[in-house]
Amino acid sequence: MLLEIRNLTIEAGGNRPILRDVALSVARGEVVGLVGESGSGKSTIARAVLRLLPQNAAARGQVLVEGQDVLSLDDGGLRSLRAATVSMIYQDPRSSLNPVRRIGDFLTERMVHTLGRGRKEARGRALELLAAVGMRDPELRMRQYPHELSGGMLQRVVIAAALAADPALLLADEATSALDVTTQAETLALLRGVQAERELGMLFITHDLHLAAAYCDRIYVLYAGTVVESRPASALFADPRHPYTAGLLACTPELGDPRPIKPIPGRPPSLDDAFAGCPFAPRCAHAVAACASSPPPSVAVEGGSAACHLIKEEAPAC
Amino acid sequence: MVTRVARKVAGLVATLLATSFVIFGAAYAAPGDPVTFLAGGKENLTPEYLAAIRAQYHLDDPFLVQYLRWLGDAVTGDLGRSLKYNDQVGDLLTARVPTTLGLVAYAAVLFVVFGVALGVLAAVRGGRTDAAVVAGTTFATSVPPFVAATALISLFGVQLGWFPVGGGGSLWHLTLPAITLALGALAIISRVTRQAMVEQRELDHVTVARASGLSERLIVVRHVFRGALGPIVTMCGLVTAGLLAGTVTVESAFQLSGVGTLLVGAINTHDFPVTQAVLLLMVTAYIAVTTLVELVQPLIDPRARSRS
Repeated sequence: MLLEIRNLTIEAGGNRPILRDVALSVARGEVVGLVGESGSGKSTIARAVLRLLPQNAAARGQVLVEGQDVLSLDDGGLRSLRAATVSMIYQDPRSSLNPVRRIGDFLTERMVHTLGRGRKEARGRALELLAAVGMRDPELRMRQYPHELSGGMLQRVVIAAALAADPALLLADEATSALDVTTQAETLALLRGVQAERELGMLFITHDLHLAAAYCDRIYVLYAGTVVESRPASALFADPRHPYTAGLLACTPELGDPRPIKPIPGRPPSLDDAFAGCPFAPRCAHAVAACASSPPPSVAVEGGSAACHLIKEEAPAC
Repeated sequence: MVTRVARKVAGLVATLLATSFVIFGAAYAAPGDPVTFLAGGKENLTPEYLAAIRAQYHLDDPFLVQYLRWLGDAVTGDLGRSLKYNDQVGDLLTARVPTTLGLVAYAAVLFVVFGVALGVLAAVRGGRTDAAVVAGTTFATSVPPFVAATALISLFGVQLGWFPVGGGGSLWHLTLPAITLALGALAIISRVTRQAMVEQRELDHVTVARASGLSERLIVVRHVFRGALGPIVTMCGLVTAGLLAGTVTVESAFQLSGVGTLLVGAINTHDFPVTQAVLLLMVTAYIAVTTLVELVQPLIDPRARSRS
């Protein structure tokens, strides 16, 4: 397994941990979606994979990348993991680039300064990558500054930089959320293209369950730092088992479908809200007495698992 | 580009004109009539003699006429004749400007090197180092320059005998005065450096650089310090410009014959031509330094290039 997260719990001072007992895996060549509202801990998972956690955060559990536990790596090992194995693409491409350095610097920095390649070689590779992500006139782009490029172009640059070191795993943290619709579609197609071509594992983080269902192979739904449902995208979309997943799907209006839009009542919990039982119980329409008192166990359902008191264990589908 | 430079130059000339008017006006309005000083002793204070002096120095012309005459002379390089030394003001300045410029340049090198280094140290190390830097530089800045000068003279000049206690002429002579001058600027430069670096460190692109496996040292040099350079350079320029007009105390304490002591002497003896010339020179120097800082900004931040 390329990425395997086991029992990851991260605490950073609030009344409840940011992440509680998260288990997640991404195989080579697989696109895995991670869906949740803001504050659910999606980005923290991605950051944990690179060990970019806040100073005061305490992490327990294991984050295995190609079998190595990221949380216990030494500094050198961590740097080489960040440089060569895992690449992250961020939500806002404009703030991902140093505004006073050229695009070329951004693209070659990792190759020259952490992988120790020659400047000329790095430059050639950067030009190739810019062409590969569909940028016209790469020579010119290399000399330009971030403020001279549009958001869509910058996201291409960021993707090109992420590919610079031939990583095995891509973490896309809301990589298309800040772009407008057409650029978003282009970027999604581009990401999918490079992912398939290089057989990369990809963790695709988004708040948009519909997008994730259409784009990913498997999906993890995160709520208040716990995985509430993890299943193949098609199964999850067709037949959500956890009330929260069903609620997320019911939030979006659909053309030609007369069903009313049903927002989930209440607000996503903050780090100050602690839960004795199921964290979703206060907002759940189907909650029973047990929901408030004991945390729901993870139950095997068709293709994956869900954590809800209302779901009865099923025999694995054959 | 050409229009930009032209506009800049026109702005500078306008500023200089305005300040020259204010300076001339202030000297004109200052209490005390220069005629009484020009006349010499009390026995000369006869109305006829005073009138003769007024006519000789054009002091009975209307204010605007006097100003324009002075301005016309100043533009052609003639700053007038000192009432006290009876020398050309230009010659007086040429003799003293190098000392003051040398002193300020020396001090600027000191506070830029040490101020920025301390600021970087405070930002990178944080915690106790940070607190120590803040406490140390605040202390250094809050000591008045004449006290610092006295302390430095008695320690390094008298007791240890490493440096001369006064007089100018060489870098060696200027070292203690330059240290005194630089101490006052240490706190502000180190604080601005530290603050700018802390702000830069929080930016997303620094995290992105860290996520790409760059070592901390390279992150600090290539991203954090590079990004903080704008405010640091601006502050260093402004402080240097301020020092140009603030060397008086240090020059007197170390008996340097620089522009500062010249100005104080001129004001005390109502030597208007010298006062006006020195003030104008200080304003010009201030404008020159701040303009230089402004011109350097686009080199530091490419976004400033396309904006202007």
